[in-house]
Amino acid sequence: MSTTGRVHSWDLSTGVDGPGTRFVLFISGCPLRCLYCANPDTWHMRDGKELTTDDVMAEIEKYRPFITTAGGGVTLTGGEPLLQPAFTAEILHRCKELGLHTALDTSGFLGARATDALLADTDLVLLDIKSFDVAAYRKLTGGELAPTLNFATRLDQLGIPVWIRYVLVPGRTDDPAAVDGLAAFVAGLTNVDRVDVLPFHKLGAAKYDALGIPFPLRDTPVPEPALTERVREQFREHGLRAL
Amino acid sequence: MTVTAPTDIGTPVPPWHGFAGQSWRERIDVRDFIQANYTPYEGDSSFLTGPTDRTTTVWDKIAALFPEERRRGILDVDTVTPSTITSHRPGFIDADRELIVGLQTDAPLKRAIMPNGGLRMVENGLRAYGYEPDPFVSRVFGTYRKTHNDGVFDAYTPDMLRARKAGIITGLPDAYGRGRIIGDYRRVALYGTARLTEAKRAERALLDARPSTADVIRDREELAEQIRALGELEQMAASYGCDVTRPAATAHEAVQWLYLGYLAAVKEQNGAAMSLGRTSTFLDVYLARDLAEGLIDETRAQELIDDFVIKLRIVRFLRTPEYDALFSGDPTWVTESIGGIGEDGRPLVTRTSFRFLQTLYNLGPAPEPNLTVLWSPRLPAGFKRFCAQVSIDTSAVQYESDDLLRPNTGDDTAIACCVSAMAVGRQMQFFGARVNLAKALLYAINGGRDEMTGDRIAPATPPLTGEYLDYDELSAAYDRTLDWLAATYVNALNVIHYMHDKYAYERLEMALHDHPVHRYLACGIAGLSVAADSLSAVRHARVKVIRDATGLAVDYVVEGDYPAYGNNDDRADAIATGLVKSFMAKVARQPAYRDAEHTQSVLTITSNVVYGHHTGNTPDGRRAGAPFAPGANPMNGRDHHGIVASALSVAKLPYDCARDGISLTSTITPEGLGHDPAERAGNLVGILDAYTAAGGFHMNVNVLDRATLQDAMEHPENYPDLTIRVSGYAVNFVRLTREQQLDVISRTFHGAL
Repeated sequence: MSTTGRVHSWDLSTGVDGPGTRFVLFISGCPLRCLYCANPDTWHMRDGKELTTDDVMAEIEKYRPFITTAGGGVTLTGGEPLLQPAFTAEILHRCKELGLHTALDTSGFLGARATDALLADTDLVLLDIKSFDVAAYRKLTGGELAPTLNFATRLDQLGIPVWIRYVLVPGRTDDPAAVDGLAAFVAGLTNVDRVDVLPFHKLGAAKYDALGIPFPLRDTPVPEPALTERVREQFREHGLRAL
Repeated sequence: MTVTAPTDIGTPVPPWHGFAGQSWRERIDVRDFIQANYTPYEGDSSFLTGPTDRTTTVWDKIAALFPEERRRGILDVDTVTPSTITSHRPGFIDADRELIVGLQTDAPLKRAIMPNGGLRMVENGLRAYGYEPDPFVSRVFGTYRKTHNDGVFDAYTPDMLRARKAGIITGLPDAYGRGRIIGDYRRVALYGTARLTEAKRAERALLDARPSTADVIRDREELAEQIRALGELEQMAASYGCDVTRPAATAHEAVQWLYLGYLAAVKEQNGAAMSLGRTSTFLDVYLARDLAEGLIDETRAQELIDDFVIKLRIVRFLRTPEYDALFSGDPTWVTESIGGIGEDGRPLVTRTSFRFLQTLYNLGPAPEPNLTVLWSPRLPAGFKRFCAQVSIDTSAVQYESDDLLRPNTGDDTAIACCVSAMAVGRQMQFFGARVNLAKALLYAINGGRDEMTGDRIAPATPPLTGEYLDYDELSAAYDRTLDWLAATYVNALNVIHYMHDKYAYERLEMALHDHPVHRYLACGIAGLSVAADSLSAVRHARVKVIRDATGLAVDYVVEGDYPAYGNNDDRADAIATGLVKSFMAKVARQPAYRDAEHTQSVLTITSNVVYGHHTGNTPDGRRAGAPFAPGANPMNGRDHHGIVASALSVAKLPYDCARDGISLTSTITPEGLGHDPAERAGNLVGILDAYTAAGGFHMNVNVLDRATLQDAMEHPENYPDLTIRVSGYAVNFVRLTREQQLDVISRTFHGAL
């Protein structure tokens, strides 16, 4: 029995969505509304194309030899893949059965929906912690920070490797104290291999135009390289590998 | 040496001392020599050395001339002396410092005229750069000495002339040197010309008893010319103080002898591609011997290669601005094939394979020589990693699948031009340019009339008259058009190569081949992705035809979506694959001049811009004049799933039906390969391994970002060295036309978005 889900699209990328060359599945629907979101076209489940896990696995199969030789795997992202936990769990499980490396790219906001079985099929979690300031988090995403931190702690207990991702937005996520607080929290975890500091970009602006939605950060500048380096350095000061 | 005498040239030691193996001593067989003597290198790049002051001084001296050359188009030209192997006195960049000597004329970057290919090309080339053609030269080659170009136009049929003028058959080498013939220049170093001449005499003697048929007479005359050319090579070498009649005795001499062989070729021929072959592992045998004996150290070994590469970088031909527009810049395709795996499973990677790549650091990035790595997942890890690192740092390396080459042309294969494989010294090809498959589709729709002029070019057939294009009807009409095209095309090529052999024979290059030689007739197709997408649109969407008052279909409206080639989607990819197979079968049915074996390439270089210019609106939605995709690439912007999906579509094209090569150009931003240099190199190695394992043949890897290119367009003076790979070779970005620059930028950037 093949579970059905809603999928925005898929593509292949190298070096940006987990290690190596990866099949990246963008699963539709997200409970958060991050101001800097580059993929507003993935917000609503209803906008996704209905696919079964068989359909998805057939597509992945076309790339399995390539991914296996090149070194890489499959990354489930979105949207928020944990908005459709059964669909996500089944794809992760079937990928594991094929011996593929699996990564789950999530905000952690719906971490409670990830069963232990789902996480047992996950080799790596790309955990997007959008801010370490509760008020700023709410303002930036429309959601609460606590579930994400709880999920991070649970992943640590389960011993699942994590890459932290932190989107750096000038004036919103660059407060040195907040960065330092997050770095201290992350440094307290034992399962974090690296921290990716991702400079905010506006390449999704055209999507907002196409959807007729205002892009809230249209006038926000992208970070200067010096700022990005400063933030990475803050993580490094806590003994973390920041890229 | 007339000027300087480096201590390690002319040392009186037996030239072959210390070498192993037997059979290469008894007959001319460079491959056997390499196999018996080379030492594979499985380590990393840490042994390499940087440029010496000497190297930097010589390079700076020549590089200082480049801005003026760029500004004027050419730096200087000898208008009065038709170039031959011995036509010019010796020339130098810096006689006191050069290790490897020899220039095409008596001064660096000074071009020569080669009217045997065609007088008009010479005259137009001179006038374009402000020089007046010499009246005596014009009289000799206009009155007394017929050229290749004259011969071809005497024998073209009206059908061929029409197809050529309309641009459905295009880029034909009928007015210039055909090129793509690789002399085995290593033979000069290993054997010396005395022995080579003796072997040629023996080959000729075997013809003495044969009846004097046209073929045999031609062979005898050609062998006589080859022997004469070897004599001229001896003379030219002697003018530089080198006695190439005997084998090279040291590594320094081996590089010098080999280069003099190549130099003789580029003094005699201005072929479109004058490729070098596969020399690095051959030279490594000499370098390793001299290193082991303490004659040289690593610094000296690298200096010899650096100096050799400086010479290869300044090969120049006199061409017209139109020619440069077609080929983007001023290419010479001094292709050097590096790496690969031997038939016995040992990698053909040596320290000198690394040394060649190291020149891109020691001298800075450059498009020539066209460094081509024959890739296999089985290559040593250290070498793979270094290649990837050099690619990421310079974008000046192209890759071809050694696993596809080796079973077909063996482990002494070299690439001519961008993707054309041949066994060095045993095989050659007749370069055949290409036909425009997209335009042919429009001819099928219009019953043989040209969509831009309305003129009848192909034989009259019933045009398609429906409001919407019908797939079956279109396929049948297209098949008939392609039958006509293949016949006209191969027949035109036969004319061209008959006349080239007759009036502009590559005496020296062929003297460095076995007789008899295996010949390929290298046909080619352009516009594959446009044709495939057009057929996919007709099949999977609805395509409405818009006709002008004369009934000529001039535009198309695509209603609905269709799967496009380049997304690893069989619905579209199978159409592209089918076209490649079907056209190959059609050309193979046509008799080929000198019984050449038909092959085909899917390669358009940057001429994809020019071909697009000459092609009207197409049923895939492409607008008239818009560039085609280069080579076998998917159309710009239609590959929606990233570099891997598009590469896998290309990898489906069957190499067996395109043995002259299938070219893929991938542009990727550094961030699109990973976060840091080590990760990027590792990921690129993985992609190359996986592409090769998937059956992919060729990949250009451009690693750069859009902002860099845009800035280079605005401030070319800041980017004199910015090298990008286009289909099959590297060019200086700042030498491209603005239109080509925009095309490069608009090509899909596979960065992380």
